[in-house]
Amino acid sequence: MTSAVANSPFEAPKSGRWLLFGWLAFAYLIAAQAISIAISPPDRDMGDLQKILYIHVPAAWNMGICYFLVAIYSMRYLWKRDERDDLKAAAAAEVGTLLNGLTLVLGMIWGRPTWGVWWAWDARLTSTLVMFLIFAGYLALRAFVDEPERRAQWSAAAGLFGAINYPIVYMSVRWWRTLHQVQSTPDTLDPSYALSLRLNAFAILFIAIFFIRRRYEAALTERVAEHELQAAVLGGSSRG
Amino acid sequence: MNTPVNTPANTPANTPARRRVKPGIVAAIVVLVGAFGWLIWGGLDSNVVYFLEPHELLAKGVSGVDVPVRLGGQVKPGSVKWDEVSSDLQFEITDTTGMIVRVRSTGVPPQMFRDAMGVVVEGRLGSDTLFHSTSLMIKHSNEYRAPKEGEQPKEMYKSLMKVPGA
Repeated sequence: MTSAVANSPFEAPKSGRWLLFGWLAFAYLIAAQAISIAISPPDRDMGDLQKILYIHVPAAWNMGICYFLVAIYSMRYLWKRDERDDLKAAAAAEVGTLLNGLTLVLGMIWGRPTWGVWWAWDARLTSTLVMFLIFAGYLALRAFVDEPERRAQWSAAAGLFGAINYPIVYMSVRWWRTLHQVQSTPDTLDPSYALSLRLNAFAILFIAIFFIRRRYEAALTERVAEHELQAAVLGGSSRG
Repeated sequence: MNTPVNTPANTPANTPARRRVKPGIVAAIVVLVGAFGWLIWGGLDSNVVYFLEPHELLAKGVSGVDVPVRLGGQVKPGSVKWDEVSSDLQFEITDTTGMIVRVRSTGVPPQMFRDAMGVVVEGRLGSDTLFHSTSLMIKHSNEYRAPKEGEQPKEMYKSLMKVPGA
């Protein structure tokens, strides 16, 4: 049925412009950081430690976007059974887990000199850690299961289970009494802090988009190679 | 992992054998569920309220005395007494109801400690009505402000820590 030449149901991606996008994203991050440091005075309570805000909060927001993508592509996979949706969900989960870890580590580094402790088992910190562990489990699951279809099905379920934690993490400071403060608003931020935060939020967003795209391309290239190998072993007559 | 395509035994007819669940997956799931359960029911201390406010602790009466508890609220302005030599710190925590608990803490407090700052202390309420704190944490508000005209953030901490004990 399938010809000996096109043994994969889809083609390997060609990434030319995405690399340029990546360079621009990193250049923009550096510019955003430089501008933020230049225009924002030290906070009256915590001095220059306030500048951790410019990565900690964007990382937290963008991990939410990544996990939202995981949920969307996982549902789409379960609906349409297109292998590429599974790979997109996985790429978003990888970047989301990275940002989740960054949020936790920066939060700890910030907490020690300001709150006085590295960690507190309050609802916000605990739920953020739980979400990180679920997605670490998601990535481990993908590494353990070899068969693509089963891996995709289990991952979609695990990804949805993990993603529903984000709204809980976001609302935890409002639902429960925590050591972590509630979200700041433009009214509670010095205008220069609010502007800097927005600049950096977009910087991390662009980098997250770039990473997701690159990880997806890598995964897709690998799957295409696997499809072709399988077809070659089976004599090119079946996709197994 | 074993690559089934290389061995003659793994012809397509034998592929159902691959459907057996690997021990690694079972172990991963057990560890995950275990960690999740421990965090939810163990780590959260079966209670998502991280600290009690003064009126809640005082409402417990005798059952609130000499049991490990976290107490949080605002440092009552003007209540801070700091002894530089013995690192002895005393202050009052208040809440929106106006109830007050006097706290004694040893050791240098976090840099952001000052009048009207939010704090959470770990320790026990003594029968002498003094709360003996073993750990002092700052609960920062969601406000981030530039210093007012003439304020130097680093100098503020030093001056705050010196004045009350003097």
